[in-house]
Amino acid sequence: MSHQDTSHQDRSRPTPLHAVHVALGASMTDFAGWTMPLRYTSELAEHHAVRNAAGLFDLSHMGEIVLTGPGSAAALDHALVGNIGKLAVHRARYTMICDTDGGVLDDLIVYRTGQQEYLVVANAANTAVVLAALTERVAGFDTELRDATEDQALLAVQGPRAVDLLTPLTDADLGALKYYASVPTTVSGHPVLLARTGYTGEDGFELFCAPDDAEPLWNALRAAGGPQVPLPAGLACRDSLRLEAGMPLYGNELTRERTPFEAGLGRVVKFDKGDFVGRDALLARAEAGPRETLVGLVGRGRRAPRAGYPVVDPATGAPLGVVTSGAPSPTLGKPVAMAYVPVDRAEPGTELAVDVRGRQEPVDVVPLPFYRRES
Amino acid sequence: MSVPENLRYSEEHEWCTAVEDGVTTIGVTAHAATSLGDVVFVQLPEVGDQVTAGQTCGEIESTKSVSDLYAPATGEVVEVNTAVVDDPGLVNSDPYGAGWLFRVRVDALPELLDAAGYRALVGADD
Repeated sequence: MSHQDTSHQDRSRPTPLHAVHVALGASMTDFAGWTMPLRYTSELAEHHAVRNAAGLFDLSHMGEIVLTGPGSAAALDHALVGNIGKLAVHRARYTMICDTDGGVLDDLIVYRTGQQEYLVVANAANTAVVLAALTERVAGFDTELRDATEDQALLAVQGPRAVDLLTPLTDADLGALKYYASVPTTVSGHPVLLARTGYTGEDGFELFCAPDDAEPLWNALRAAGGPQVPLPAGLACRDSLRLEAGMPLYGNELTRERTPFEAGLGRVVKFDKGDFVGRDALLARAEAGPRETLVGLVGRGRRAPRAGYPVVDPATGAPLGVVTSGAPSPTLGKPVAMAYVPVDRAEPGTELAVDVRGRQEPVDVVPLPFYRRES
Repeated sequence: MSVPENLRYSEEHEWCTAVEDGVTTIGVTAHAATSLGDVVFVQLPEVGDQVTAGQTCGEIESTKSVSDLYAPATGEVVEVNTAVVDDPGLVNSDPYGAGWLFRVRVDALPELLDAAGYRALVGADD
């Protein structure tokens, strides 16, 4: 595989941690124009490390857009579906940017980093789309928008031991740093924006830093807990971790063809904040109710539903919907999937089937998430 | 990536041993195992099944992906590796040893790649 992967480097960008990944022998993959570590040795070991101890991720491919100026809050309230202006300084919010027809352009995390400053984190595959849409939408507001993707690296340490690993490396009061909060601080002497956010279903932190600080920070974090804690963790386990946690992935659960309401995420849309892009279409959808909705499926057999496989009526084989993500769950030991199905087949306990390469496999609708950490 | 000299290889990344007492042992290559990622489920043909060279006869599933298993030779399945069904990780940890998959009674092996040919196919250096 190494030969095929080197060719990708011609057209995809390395992160500031590229040399570290290569030295660790990672399998690299082209992901949204970036050369990213897929796995270091075993994605199962990396998955379990995050669930049981801690994993260390390079997420420098994520898009970062900074807005500054007195009109930033109003600009984001207009551009996004969430209540961004009411966000307290140092708090973060999961939100979305929708098209005028209500279709999802991307899901985002917005950090309010100052009274007049926000950091918008977009999916790597959508950074250009989000940047273009935001630039257009905030044009009439007193705010300055800047693409900071190339100026920032992003590391994440995720897992139940993340807080112990970080504590000796920073003066920040981690006990006071709540979930979906952030604080500017230093870690091992390097300036970071330290955020208690993640995409794994575990407690953990994300560290936004200067590209030159990424490698020393990575090394300091790796040295914090012993040889295997935190374990370097790649995109393969990031996907199985987020799936178990029932977190949507743009391109799978979320697309331009779906509104947040089908995805079960209508709560992120705030109609009471005034006008915003997509409001009319989203209001119509909210009032009509979605015809299809996102559900969790657990397989009774061992063959896993995968993205794109048809969900069918187990009695007649008639197509009902489509799987958006699916995999054998490392934590549960059985196949799990998310799928869009008609709302009248979405009740937990409903028996459905998935056409797994020509053979029907029985599945049961279950509430999401599949996995919830003990808190 | 290890490609043992004493085996023969299919373009679908299975290996076969030389025929001994009319039987060849079949598995998947280290290259295939690495490409798949951690194997978590192996579905093998059953003893007594007739398999046909180039036809699918099972599945290998990892967290990330699933691959059809192709029979590299034609004949009757005489033994399957129940250890690998119970512990699919053997495909990753020992693809040419404890991770073997099944044995087939054959008249002769079809034309397959030798180690050099397989290395060329997958672009392996060693």
